[in-house]
Amino acid sequence: MSTNSGRAGGAQAAAPAAAGLRGLRHAVSGFLVWREASVILVAVLLILYFELTNANFLTNANIVTVSQFVAAPAIIACGEIMLLICKEIDLSAGQTFALAPFLVYFGAKFGLPVIPAILVALLICASIGLSIGLITVLLDVPSFVTTLGAFFLITGITLTISRGFPATPPGGHVLAGILGAFGYSEIIWAFLIVFGTHVLLRHTRWGLHTSATGGNELAAAEAGINVKRIKVGNFILVAVLAGFTGIIEAYRVGSNDPLAGGANMMFFGVASGVIGGTALTGGSGTIIGGLIGAIVLGVLQDGFTLQGINAFLFDGIIGAAILIAMIVNIRLALWQRGTVR
Amino acid sequence: MSGNAKTEAIRAESIVKRFGSVLALNGVSIRVERGETLGILGDNGAGKSTLIKILTGFHQPDSGQVFVNGTPVTLNSVDHARSLGIECVYQDLALVNTLSVYHNMFLNRELRKPFLGLLDHAEMRRQAAAALDDIGVGVPSVRAEVARLSGGQRQAIAVARAVHTNARILLLDEPLAAMGAREAGLIIDLIDRLRSRGDIAIAMIAHNYAQTLDICDRVVLVQHGEITFESHSTETSVEELLEVVRREYRAARRA
Ligand SMILES: Nc1ncnc2c1ncn2[C@@H]1O[C@H](COP(=O)(O)OP(=O)(O)OP(=O)(O)O)[C@@H](O)[C@H]1O
Ligand SMILES: [Mg+2]
Repeated sequence: MSTNSGRAGGAQAAAPAAAGLRGLRHAVSGFLVWREASVILVAVLLILYFELTNANFLTNANIVTVSQFVAAPAIIACGEIMLLICKEIDLSAGQTFALAPFLVYFGAKFGLPVIPAILVALLICASIGLSIGLITVLLDVPSFVTTLGAFFLITGITLTISRGFPATPPGGHVLAGILGAFGYSEIIWAFLIVFGTHVLLRHTRWGLHTSATGGNELAAAEAGINVKRIKVGNFILVAVLAGFTGIIEAYRVGSNDPLAGGANMMFFGVASGVIGGTALTGGSGTIIGGLIGAIVLGVLQDGFTLQGINAFLFDGIIGAAILIAMIVNIRLALWQRGTVR
Repeated sequence: MSGNAKTEAIRAESIVKRFGSVLALNGVSIRVERGETLGILGDNGAGKSTLIKILTGFHQPDSGQVFVNGTPVTLNSVDHARSLGIECVYQDLALVNTLSVYHNMFLNRELRKPFLGLLDHAEMRRQAAAALDDIGVGVPSVRAEVARLSGGQRQAIAVARAVHTNARILLLDEPLAAMGAREAGLIIDLIDRLRSRGDIAIAMIAHNYAQTLDICDRVVLVQHGEITFESHSTETSVEELLEVVRREYRAARRA
């Protein structure tokens, strides 16, 4: 600790011009000590831009809309970030998302009350995650491959059991409202899950061991961490979160769609994480960053929709905006760590 | 054998270990007493690290038996070995670059708060700083990412981590490899201090013969997976060790 103050003293003694520059840098990095700070900056700038160019942006109705864009990718991001941190990825999360509401639907059809049907559906999602995880770690297959296989397999299952038709999620108004139909319920779920996963990552052994596994798998194993167990556990987490998101999304929309979610949903989750500062190389990432990444994406989608961007151009614009947001964030993060001058 | 059993800390008998077609250890036996420091010398690829990793429970031997305090044990995990007081500084240091110094020091033995078993970051920081101060190797901050530290600082952290948990059996795989002269001196002092307590068994792999003879009570030479020479440090010399290495090398070439 004493060396820290010594370093600050050295900075004060430097030449005035350099000191001024460093002072500015100090002030900015004072804010940027948070890893999430750079992406917060990006999000605020985007909100300002859309508010200034469009009077309807910060209205209650529109905030509800934005929150609904944000919620699902934010929850998926929680799972994908945990996986990315331990150097794996789940490409099939969007498929589990589509499958889960049909599992609830058929559970209820077979006579289960809705809440047990949801729990059974989540249990099945967990076993999907377990299978993917076991195949990945026991057979040493890259998760990119296992989950690519699972991607098509789960789609096939969903289309088969639904016969390709939508269905109405079971249950009364109150339950549907709590799960997703009430305007803000989905984002409240998202906040709760983000908070829980943040605590899991930063304040539990599981989270620390997840970071260690992705940061240096051999070192983690040498320290006695069961790295396979960590990975499998995180595959289960992603699958359960994806299934849960699919269920609440179905209640919000009021319909199970066999083609919901998919690669789009999964990539929005992963992109939220990456925009939020999670490294694809493993070992580091933040859940709060992922939430803000999802907010950035939601604001972009909603903002461009309000501006009435040509529907054909929409994906292209979103793609470019994601690229720019990621690049700005990565450069800011490098600058913050002092590796770019 | 049984007469010395009360001072014996760890013993390995006829350890064989293969990696596919590579015979890494071909019937190796070693023994370290309490209060003793054993030096393990040998060429690159001789099997030294593999031997150490069997004693830490990281690898399981194909055959052979390990004894801890005279009792036969099957070390089936690193946690198991650690519960018997075996600690190790691995050759690769087993540090996670993306984690802070204090998280590395407490990796897989984290301190937790009573409340929900959440990590006690503050206490880990405090104890990590104290443990590093104790050794005397300066690290800018225990919050710093390990990636930002120098090779010697990283090695100091790995040593501090192994030492500060009250190891009974300390295994060091080239603990001085990246150290400057002053820092190497600090680590050697530390080893001396631990040895003077008289109850800790230390096994240390090294490549500097003179330094090893100086630090250790006894040395063994590992070559192509076998122990080819064994002596008390006072009864041998660098010349003799080098002569054995050359002889074995020639014999291996002829074979
Ligand atoms: N995990 C592993 N998988 C396959 N082969 C291995 C593994 N670990 C070690 N080996 C092989 O076993 C032999 C002994 O390796 P080991 O690391 O024990 O040597 P060493 O004596 O520690 O050498 P050095 O002085 O270079 O550290 C080598 O041929 C090595 O290639
Ligand atoms: Mg070695």
